[in-house]
Amino acid sequence: MADNGLTPELMKEMYYYMVLSRAVDDRMWILNRQGKAPVVYSSNGHEAAQVGSAFALNRGEDWICPYYRDLALVLAYGMSVRDVMLHLLGRAQDPNSGGRQMPAHWGHRQLHILTGGSVVATQDVHATGLALASKVLKDGRVSVAYFGEGSTSQGEFHEALNFAAVHKLPVIFFNENNGYAISVPARKQMAVMDVAARAAGYGMPGVIVDGNDPLKVYEVTREAAERARSGDGPTLIEAKTYRFVPHSSDDDDRAYRSREEVQEWKKRDPLVMFEQRLTEDGILNDDNLTAMRQQIKDLVNDATDFAEQAPLPDPGTLYAEVYGS
Amino acid sequence: MSQMTMVQAINHALRLELGRNERVLVLGEDVGRNGGVFRATDGLMAAFGPDRVVDMPLAESAIVGAAVGLAMGGMCPVAEIQFLGFIYEAMDQMASQAARVRFRSNGRFSAPLVVRAPFGGGVRTPEVHSDSLEALFVHTPGLYVVMPSTPYDAKGLLLTAIRTPDPVLFLEPMALYRSFRQEVPEGDYEIPLGAARVVRAGTQLTLVGWGPVVPVMEEAAERSAVSCDIIDLRWLSPIDWPCVLASVEKTGRAVVVHEAVRTGGLGAEVAATIQERAFLSLEAPVMRVTGYDTPYPVPLLEDDWLPNLERIRHAIKRTMEF
Ligand SMILES: Cc1ncc(C[n+]2csc(CCOP(=O)(O)OP(=O)(O)O)c2C)c(N)n1
Ligand SMILES: [Mg+2]
Repeated sequence: MADNGLTPELMKEMYYYMVLSRAVDDRMWILNRQGKAPVVYSSNGHEAAQVGSAFALNRGEDWICPYYRDLALVLAYGMSVRDVMLHLLGRAQDPNSGGRQMPAHWGHRQLHILTGGSVVATQDVHATGLALASKVLKDGRVSVAYFGEGSTSQGEFHEALNFAAVHKLPVIFFNENNGYAISVPARKQMAVMDVAARAAGYGMPGVIVDGNDPLKVYEVTREAAERARSGDGPTLIEAKTYRFVPHSSDDDDRAYRSREEVQEWKKRDPLVMFEQRLTEDGILNDDNLTAMRQQIKDLVNDATDFAEQAPLPDPGTLYAEVYGS
Repeated sequence: MSQMTMVQAINHALRLELGRNERVLVLGEDVGRNGGVFRATDGLMAAFGPDRVVDMPLAESAIVGAAVGLAMGGMCPVAEIQFLGFIYEAMDQMASQAARVRFRSNGRFSAPLVVRAPFGGGVRTPEVHSDSLEALFVHTPGLYVVMPSTPYDAKGLLLTAIRTPDPVLFLEPMALYRSFRQEVPEGDYEIPLGAARVVRAGTQLTLVGWGPVVPVMEEAAERSAVSCDIIDLRWLSPIDWPCVLASVEKTGRAVVVHEAVRTGGLGAEVAATIQERAFLSLEAPVMRVTGYDTPYPVPLLEDDWLPNLERIRHAIKRTMEF
C-alpha cells in the first residue's frame, strides 16, 4: 500500500468504529421498538464512507457538519456511546442539545461537530461559512459538509458549492449517495448519473469513490483535505453506498425497493469486506476480534443503562437559551 | 460630532467596528468594490481588504447561511441583504438556522450575526423591494429585530447589534437613508437593547410607530391640536412594553402606525398587549394606521397606500371623538 499514513493500528481502529456504530445502531432500533426512542436514523451500510472520511481529517479540530445519517461519523469523530444514547433518549446531559432535539441531530462544540437542524442541505452553507472563517483566521482548519444525494436538489447545495469555489475556501462537500431519498431513486433526483458531475459546473474537482471501501474513502478525503489546506479550494466527493435498513424507524422500504436489490448490496457489506481484508492482512484475528466484540457489547450495554437512568431535562428550562443576552 | 445622513451613520458604525474588532466581517451582494447599492459599505473594502469585506455571489441563502457558519466559527459577520424583500430566499437560514442555533444546542452554540436590509416604501422601487416584513421576524423567537428612524439611532443601534451575542435583523428604512442629516458623534456609543425612544411628550394620545413612519407621526402631531406622546419603538423584538404602557396609562388613547400590511402586522400585537395590560386606562379602542392587505402597489398608488399624514390625522380624530 502507498504511504497514506495508515498504520495497521489505525486500520484496526477504523474497523472498530465501523463495528461499534453498527452495534449502536442495532441497539437504537431495539430501543425504538421498545417505545423508548422516538425515532432512529441509521448509518447502517454507510459505515465505511463515514469512518473512512473521519480518519482522513484532523479529528476534533477540523469542523464536520453532519446530517442525520452520520452516526458512524460522529462516533469516529470522538462522540462517546454514552453521548449518543443520552441524545437518543433525550436526556438532560445529552451533549448535542441537552435533550432538546430529536435523535440524529448531531452537534458537539468541543469536538467541532457543528449543530444541525432538520432541514436538509442547510449545513452545506454553514460549512462554507466556517471555511471562510478559517481562511480569514488562518487557523488551518478544513470544514466538511456531509449530505445525502437527495439533498443535492436543494438550492443551498448549489449556492454553497458555487460560493466555495469562487472564494477557493477550505471545504469538502462529502456526499453519501445511497441511491434513494426516502423512496425517491436518484434517477428521479437528477438527470446526470453522478452527483460528482456537478463539480465541473462550479469549477472544482468531483471525485467518485467506492463508499463501501473505507481505505479508498480515506485516501480521497485526505487528498481533498490537503487541497483545501494548501489554498486550492473545495472538492466534491461522492461516496457510492447503500443503506441496508429503511430510511428511519418510521419507514417501510418494501414499498419502494425489492428485497433482491437489498440482498445484492448486502454482498458488499462494508463491515464484512473490511474484516476479510484485515484478516487476510493479519491485522485482525480470532483473538482480537473476540476481544473487540466483547468490548463493544459492554460499551453498548453500559451506555444504554447509563442513558436510561439519566434524568430528563427540566421542563422549566423551556425559555432558557432562546436568547443569550 | 458631524452632520450625517442615516446611510453615512451606518457606514460610520461599520467602519468603526471593522477597525475595532478584527473578527468583524461584512458580506453581501455588491458590498465590496461598489460599496453597496446604497453606498452603506462605501470605502470599506479599500480600507479593510477583500477578506473582511466580501463580495458574495448572488445567492441570499448562501449569504445568510455563510454568516451563520462564520458566526459559529468565531467571527462577527454583518451580512447585507440588498433589499429586505429578497430575504424570502434565505428564510430558512434566518428562521430555522440563525434563530435556533442557540436554543437547539441548549446554549452550546450561538450565532452572533447581524443581517442588514434596506426596506420600505415611498422611494418608487418595484414591488418586493418596498415590502415591510418585520412581523415575520418578530414572530421568530431567537431573533432580535431593530429599526432606526434617525442617523443617530442608526449608528448606535448598529454598534449594539454587532456586539449582541445573538442574531439581529437590522432594518434600514430606505426613505430615511438621505432624507435628513443629524448630529452624530464620531466616537463609539451604543443604544441599549430593547429601549424605545420617546420622540415627543404629550398628554392626550399615544402614537406608537417605528422606522419610516416616525417622521410622519411627528409631522401629524405638530399639525394637530391634540397633545401627542410619540414613541419610536426602535427595537421590535424585544418590545419596550414598560415604555408603551406607561404612555398609554398617562394618555388613555393609542394609535399604532406601521407601513407593513395590516392583518397579522406588529400593530395587532401592540394593540392586543395594550388592551391586555392597560385596559382600565383606555378611553377608546386602540386604532391602527397601516399599509393595506395587498401586495405592495405601483407608484401610482404608493402615497395613498402608505400611512400618510391624512390617514394618521383621521385616526387621531376618530380616537379622540370615540
Ligand atoms: C428541506 C427538507 N425537505 C424535506 C425533508 C424531509 N426529508 C428528510 S430526509 C429526506 C430524504 C433525504 O435523502 P438523501 O438526501 O438522499 O439522504 P439519505 O437519507 O438517503 O441519506 C427527506 C425528503 C427535510 N428534512 N428537509
Ligand atoms: Mg440518499
